[in-house]
Amino acid sequence: MTAVVCRGLRVSYSGVPVLDGVDLEVPAGGWVTVVGPNGAGKSTLLRAVGGLVAASGEVQVLGESVDSLPRRVLARRVALVPQEPVIPSGMLALDYVLLGRTAHLGFFEAEKEADVAFATAALEDLDAGPLAGRVVETLSGGERQRVVVARALAQGSPVLLLDEPTTALDIGHQQEMLDLVDRLRTERGLTVLATMHDLTLAGQYADQLVMLDAGQVVASGSATDVLTDENVGRFYGAQVRVIDDPSGPIVVPVRRGNLT
Amino acid sequence: MTNQDRSPEVPDRLQPAGLRSWWVATGVAAVVAASLAGLVMGPASLGVGEVLRELVDGLPLVDVDSGLGVRQKAIIWEIRLPRVVLGLMVGAMLGTAGGAYQGVFRNPLADPYLLGVAAGAGFGATTAIVAGLGDGIGVFDAVPMMAFAGALAAVALTYLVGSAGGRLDPVTSLILAGVAVASFFTAVQTFVQQRNSETIRQVYFFVLGQLRTAGWNEVLLITPYVVVCLTIILLVRRRMDALGVGDEEAGSLGLDVRRVRLVTVLAASLGTAAVVSVSGLIGFVGIIVPHTIRLLFGSSYRVILPLTVLFGGAFMVAADLVARLALQPAEIPIGVVTAFLGAPFFVLILRTTRGTR
Repeated sequence: MTAVVCRGLRVSYSGVPVLDGVDLEVPAGGWVTVVGPNGAGKSTLLRAVGGLVAASGEVQVLGESVDSLPRRVLARRVALVPQEPVIPSGMLALDYVLLGRTAHLGFFEAEKEADVAFATAALEDLDAGPLAGRVVETLSGGERQRVVVARALAQGSPVLLLDEPTTALDIGHQQEMLDLVDRLRTERGLTVLATMHDLTLAGQYADQLVMLDAGQVVASGSATDVLTDENVGRFYGAQVRVIDDPSGPIVVPVRRGNLT
Repeated sequence: MTNQDRSPEVPDRLQPAGLRSWWVATGVAAVVAASLAGLVMGPASLGVGEVLRELVDGLPLVDVDSGLGVRQKAIIWEIRLPRVVLGLMVGAMLGTAGGAYQGVFRNPLADPYLLGVAAGAGFGATTAIVAGLGDGIGVFDAVPMMAFAGALAAVALTYLVGSAGGRLDPVTSLILAGVAVASFFTAVQTFVQQRNSETIRQVYFFVLGQLRTAGWNEVLLITPYVVVCLTIILLVRRRMDALGVGDEEAGSLGLDVRRVRLVTVLAASLGTAAVVSVSGLIGFVGIIVPHTIRLLFGSSYRVILPLTVLFGGAFMVAADLVARLALQPAEIPIGVVTAFLGAPFFVLILRTTRGTR
């Protein structure tokens, strides 16, 4: 079973193509990470899968076209963790996570005990239970990111879209966050489609990498296939050395001119 | 960690944002206190006990002797009570509409007049006054009807212009359309007013607002609008907090953002148009009441909007009392009082709550 399918996906912003014929498949329960330089179209790809931008071509989530699904139904299938979430001022973490239940409520309906329990459980699943009564704005980067992921989890959607989930975190919190996501994926059978800048981490956690450049897929497959000196050099314009390691390829930047 | 062993730091009683019963009780107490003061105080002084007994006597199937004379009873039932009820409705509607606008436009400065309601009502009322149609009484007075029509026309125009926003995001283009439409209507209103300077005093009173009643007519006129619009806004309030994360994220949560905004704007504008048609353009309430509630009771619209209904009404009745009594027998326009009392009060709240949330 394939959870997410994109075929010939095209998106343009004011006439400029951002995604130009992207084909992508994410198997149910799998983890696919999209990598690529700034402006390659990674975030746009996630937004298209979340039904948040007008796109041509085909995007299917759990066998149905994203265009054909009403907002609420789609939100029960796909949850998005944005790169820079907007944090409402003065809101407690519990209330913030409770927003994740929106798709399960009627237009005028209030949250029930079950929704509150769902939100509390989501916070606890991310080891963020003690944060429930804190104001989200006052949390540290790592705490905040866990609360935002908890909101996506409270949505109860089988497909999780993570847009740069580790960008604002230090290296320890990056690993912690990705371990948490991986554990939840295994426990709950979630499907993860993520974008990431850190190529080493991207390779260590994903089953499959897809490299985008200028809106097109330029490489895809296992981390060893995608993360080569040549690919990173050519599409990122970077000078790197890729070291083979049992945990996956390690991509190390090398100061220009010092590559021997 | 499993779901069962809850961390000790999480108090079990942590509840999601919502109304606490003592907050509502405080609001109801404010309404009762302000209403009672509005009934008791005035040129003819009445006792609290007498007024209470008279009110109880007014209930169906209850017979109590209040000891009041016919004239005093008439003062209560035909003069003061309608004015108090009108004040409650106008204050509740303007405050709640302001709070609702602040929520759906994510703009703390939004007030019920944001989309041109005030300018449209002002234009309609001025036209009616200048044309000499303002001498009727109550339901048959053309001023409220023309003000109502002007207000609705202005909001409709704003919506039409704003939804053809081109490159701008929908909220910005709607707010800018409101500015343009309001300026246009204000310009026309000023022109009409300048050409007819003999009615300037009457127009001036409308612009500054006044809770003028002729028996129960004004109350009856606006009750259906206020009840329906407040009900709708109070029902939508549960979805309003989700708008705080921005349109795109709210959409990814499964919220139909356009629908929430449209329903709220329609209800708030219709309710505002109805109340300003009888009360004139009372300013300040729509901004200050919801923000005071926010500072005191938290930032969730589930809390702000219902409490604004209560405290907005109480505030308006209290302000009207000052407007009636301060310079007796002359009456100060209520819009002057709301700002004169509201601004220092708000500064006080702002200072005392700093850093507590």
